[in-house]
Amino acid sequence: MTFSDFATLLPEVALVVWASALLLVDLWIPKARKGWAAFLAVLGLALTFGFAVAQGGGAGAGFHGMVVSDGFATFLEALLALSGALGVLLAYDYLKRQGMVRGEYYTLLLFSVAGMMLMAKAADLMVIFLALELLSIPLYVLTAFARPREVGEEAALKYFLLGAFAAAFFVYGIALVYGATQSTQIAGIAAAVDTGRANLALLALGGGLLLVGLGFKVAAVPFHMWTPDVYEGAPSPLTSFMAVGAKVAGFAALLRVLVLAFPTLGSRLAPIVWALALLTMVVGNLAALAQQNIKRMLAYSSIAHAGYMLVAVVAFADAKAAPAAVAAVLFYLLAYAVTNFGAWAVVVAVEHAEGEGLNIADYAGLGRKHPWLALAMTVFMLSFAGIPPTVGFVGKFYLFRAALDAGYVGLAIVGVLASVVSVYYYMRVVTTMYMRAGEAEARGDAWLNLGVALTALATVFLGIVVAPVFQWAVRAVLKL
Amino acid sequence: MVPTNYLLALSAVLFIIGVAGVLVRRNALVIYMAIELMLNAANLAFVAFAAAFGALDGQIAVFFVMTVAAAEVAVGLAILVTIFRTRKSVDIDTLHRLKG
Repeated sequence: MTFSDFATLLPEVALVVWASALLLVDLWIPKARKGWAAFLAVLGLALTFGFAVAQGGGAGAGFHGMVVSDGFATFLEALLALSGALGVLLAYDYLKRQGMVRGEYYTLLLFSVAGMMLMAKAADLMVIFLALELLSIPLYVLTAFARPREVGEEAALKYFLLGAFAAAFFVYGIALVYGATQSTQIAGIAAAVDTGRANLALLALGGGLLLVGLGFKVAAVPFHMWTPDVYEGAPSPLTSFMAVGAKVAGFAALLRVLVLAFPTLGSRLAPIVWALALLTMVVGNLAALAQQNIKRMLAYSSIAHAGYMLVAVVAFADAKAAPAAVAAVLFYLLAYAVTNFGAWAVVVAVEHAEGEGLNIADYAGLGRKHPWLALAMTVFMLSFAGIPPTVGFVGKFYLFRAALDAGYVGLAIVGVLASVVSVYYYMRVVTTMYMRAGEAEARGDAWLNLGVALTALATVFLGIVVAPVFQWAVRAVLKL
Repeated sequence: MVPTNYLLALSAVLFIIGVAGVLVRRNALVIYMAIELMLNAANLAFVAFAAAFGALDGQIAVFFVMTVAAAEVAVGLAILVTIFRTRKSVDIDTLHRLKG
């Protein structure tokens, strides 16, 4: 273990050190001035963002190939640092308003971001497992942050039990892969398969169990049951962060493991991913149709979006189509992050007390009383539905094109049809805001408004100026 | 020395008992015990493979799994205790405020 090993992990190390220091510093911040804790958390994330971008993926492998700093990791680290900052921005006013001003919120959020970033860099299944737990355990605590409110506690218990259940599948999967290839490193697994030393039946079984564990994290059907309950019960700003961060990290690990370690198992694992993608799109969209609560609706919508991304992941085994598919997923993760934070920021603004202002019917009249907020929400809904000129449209275009290039025409058609169905429930929010009479209330906190404005502008801007960002994603594709 | 296959069979049986326990039992604490059983089944598989290969890395993996399980149990029990304080029960069938 040398200094250069730590240099490969510089952003993560910096973030963990910063978070630990913040945990201490927080003791001296008086309760009335917890804004400082939020400010310091954002500062730490900005620093991490700087380190990640400065590193630029050039640091190579560290810790005997257990972590690797490449363009793929840099892209996701930058995205995760931004997500963390938006998560803090949304939480600041909400925590004050809901009477749960505690500085640990920001510290735990930073630890979770560190876990997600480590997941993007992990090149060893054990490191992926450790990163998975580092990101999950703070999220379990944060879900219960509103205690003693019953919904939050219930959501936390469900999340914890199902998360631990899925992690156990993941660990057993690692054990089987280790048994099949004598290695837990992605490069070692690939080498064992290439030289014919691997026990392919055992490897495929292990790979299937790994899919269960990661499918849970990205909320793919049939491992999605926890999602609506946890998203509804958790504090709204946390849900926004969890919906983006856990998904980004889950897809990072999924892509790295499938594309680099299991390409030769394509004939055995690709049909499973194909079925997951299909089920996730169909079930997510159909279930979202029936929801009256906006948090549950957005939860099912996040399941549906995981399904769209899985459509491109199916192409992992095809050496020609895989790079474009990885780039498409990376770009879509960015599109999803921007849109998702915006939509949740509006939800946070409209929520006024516990469980109040969370039904879609509560948005009636928002278009008249808060025209800017309603306009922003319309932009986010259009982006979710995949209607131009928003980033959601471009993202979906790349995803489905990747699937078509790999020859999965049927899946791409189902994806387009599912998006058509989704227009119904997204537009229901828009019509409620503009065409129903009502007295919608919204909180006008400056930081929250800044978050809404930034994400709305980014949603439109990235939908028009696509090329530079997509080129960045293309350069960030995976190689051994 | 015990043949590797026996150890792997035992590990698979433990894992299946764990899965069945999670699906069948209704007490959150017992469910968590079943999850721990699944983790230990994985540990046994790691050790069995490592012994068969004559390598150390599988045995070291067990330490990571044990550490993570300990961290998880600390958070999990804290959540269980809070729930027990508000509702006087950790039966998961009584947790139905969130549904739809």
